[in-house]
Amino acid sequence: MGKSLRVAYGESLVKLGAENEKVVVLDADLAHATQTCMFKEEFPDRFFNMGIAEANLMCTAAGFANKGYIPFASTFALFGAGRAYEQIRNSICYTNANVKFGFSHSGLSVGEDGGSHQSIEDIALMREMPHMTIFVPCDPAETEKAVMAAAEINGPVYIRVARPVCDDITTSDTPFIPGKANVMKEGNDFCIISCGLMIPEALKAAKGLEKEGIHTCVVNMHTIKPIDKDIILKMNETCKAIVTLEEHSVIGGLGSAVAEVLAGHNGARFKSLGIQDKFGKSGKPDQLFEAYGLTAGHVVKACRELLNF
Amino acid sequence: MQYDLKAKELRAEILKMLFACQSGHPGGSLSCVEMLMALYYEVMDVDPENPDKQDRDRLVLSKGHACPALYAILADIGYFPMEDLAGLRQIDSHLQGHPDCTKTPGIDMNTGSLGQGASLAMGMALAAKHGGESYNVYAVLGDGECQEGLVWEAAMAAAHYKLDNLTFMLDYNRLQIDGSNEEVMGLGDIIKKFDAFGFECMEVEGHDVVAITKALKTPVSGKPKFICCKTIKGKGVSFMENQYGWHGRAINAEEFDQAMKEQEVV
Repeated sequence: MGKSLRVAYGESLVKLGAENEKVVVLDADLAHATQTCMFKEEFPDRFFNMGIAEANLMCTAAGFANKGYIPFASTFALFGAGRAYEQIRNSICYTNANVKFGFSHSGLSVGEDGGSHQSIEDIALMREMPHMTIFVPCDPAETEKAVMAAAEINGPVYIRVARPVCDDITTSDTPFIPGKANVMKEGNDFCIISCGLMIPEALKAAKGLEKEGIHTCVVNMHTIKPIDKDIILKMNETCKAIVTLEEHSVIGGLGSAVAEVLAGHNGARFKSLGIQDKFGKSGKPDQLFEAYGLTAGHVVKACRELLNF
Repeated sequence: MQYDLKAKELRAEILKMLFACQSGHPGGSLSCVEMLMALYYEVMDVDPENPDKQDRDRLVLSKGHACPALYAILADIGYFPMEDLAGLRQIDSHLQGHPDCTKTPGIDMNTGSLGQGASLAMGMALAAKHGGESYNVYAVLGDGECQEGLVWEAAMAAAHYKLDNLTFMLDYNRLQIDGSNEEVMGLGDIIKKFDAFGFECMEVEGHDVVAITKALKTPVSGKPKFICCKTIKGKGVSFMENQYGWHGRAINAEEFDQAMKEQEVV
């Protein structure tokens, strides 16, 4: 049985904190939502609640990094990447400060809280800043690996953490190499490149397409930056069409990153599935995925259009 | 040290730098000279031979646009050659338009985006406390900068975490780009505000190195310190003093000659 990525994030911080005393955690009055409360419980003297003040949260983290600590700054994705964007840019990325961002409540899967809290632009905002690394884990095991890998990287790393409980897709043995995507299923007709909570939908779509004789490859692009150009160009040569699927705006996210690699290369036809320049709204995550065109059925439909069958 | 003479030398260097690059910020650079002199010549424990010394005191020039004043002092005490000053804002120079700790020896933190320096300094002071370090962190703020909400987020946190290793110094020249603070966005009683936020507050003449030094050395326990330094924007150049238009204006040849004469430095 799975658990939520935020719980996995909280547990991973505790594990990392036990291994490395340089790790400190800062939150903005959301420790119970982001699950950094677990770290607070275990290492109270290494936890700093900065109150509801995200801009100050980021600069404080930069202050800790300046002294050689490895700060993990946590809040909701929208208030971290959105509200504190310029603090992240000028006080962290500009100096390549060793700050890690674990932002929860990303994407439509926030659900009932609605559009004001559903961050569908955080990857776009974080991706265009030099020095930034971005991980979008798909399950609890991958979340733990992302946290551990982030601590090994010298520089800013964003880990996009989703709120819902999700099933285990990978195992503790599945490799996690930053910048190197995992092929979860082979296939040479059609390729779905996805990340995070959309991976199960991608696998479901692939299963359905196989029944119709379309050999479908599923790529888990757990690192959005630096993006795995090699696998994208390889799929561009071996498959007839590529679709990206993400719980984020089609402007600036995974789809854009893949399109940037494909630009200038002949090869597969391409379509980006994600949130089509709209805000989210209240509802259950599954209902929202359906309403915004992010389910397996929509992937199959896109495949039919691209391959004309 | 003859402070008056040194201040004139530094102001001459600032004017030369700004004249050479035909850009930059004269008014605010000239107003904080004595504040930085008190810090670097009298108070801070730093070692230009060893810029990264772990237990050194730190300065965050939160009003980063005033960096020519800081660069002049850093060169004067030997962080880098005086000749480097001529490169201010030029391509291939380490002296950026706003302070960059990844390029310039002696710069402790990047600044330039107003408000962030106050918050960064607070974070650095909190990290120092957490690590059991005994050094101090100083931040020089502009008055217009105090219109940024982040300054007050940082102030709240500084008091909350009882950061008595942190000092905010205000370069209170009362002018900003569009006019006076009062016209643009009045600060009200800025000392009472910092007092209400939990700071130990002091007020000094901002061009009196002795007075500033005394305030900086006054011990405070269990709370951060705020020193309001009453200054004159464009200090030391008659036609720039108290003129908000000199916040960020290039100096022409005639103005430069006149300004240099007023420094009486050969």
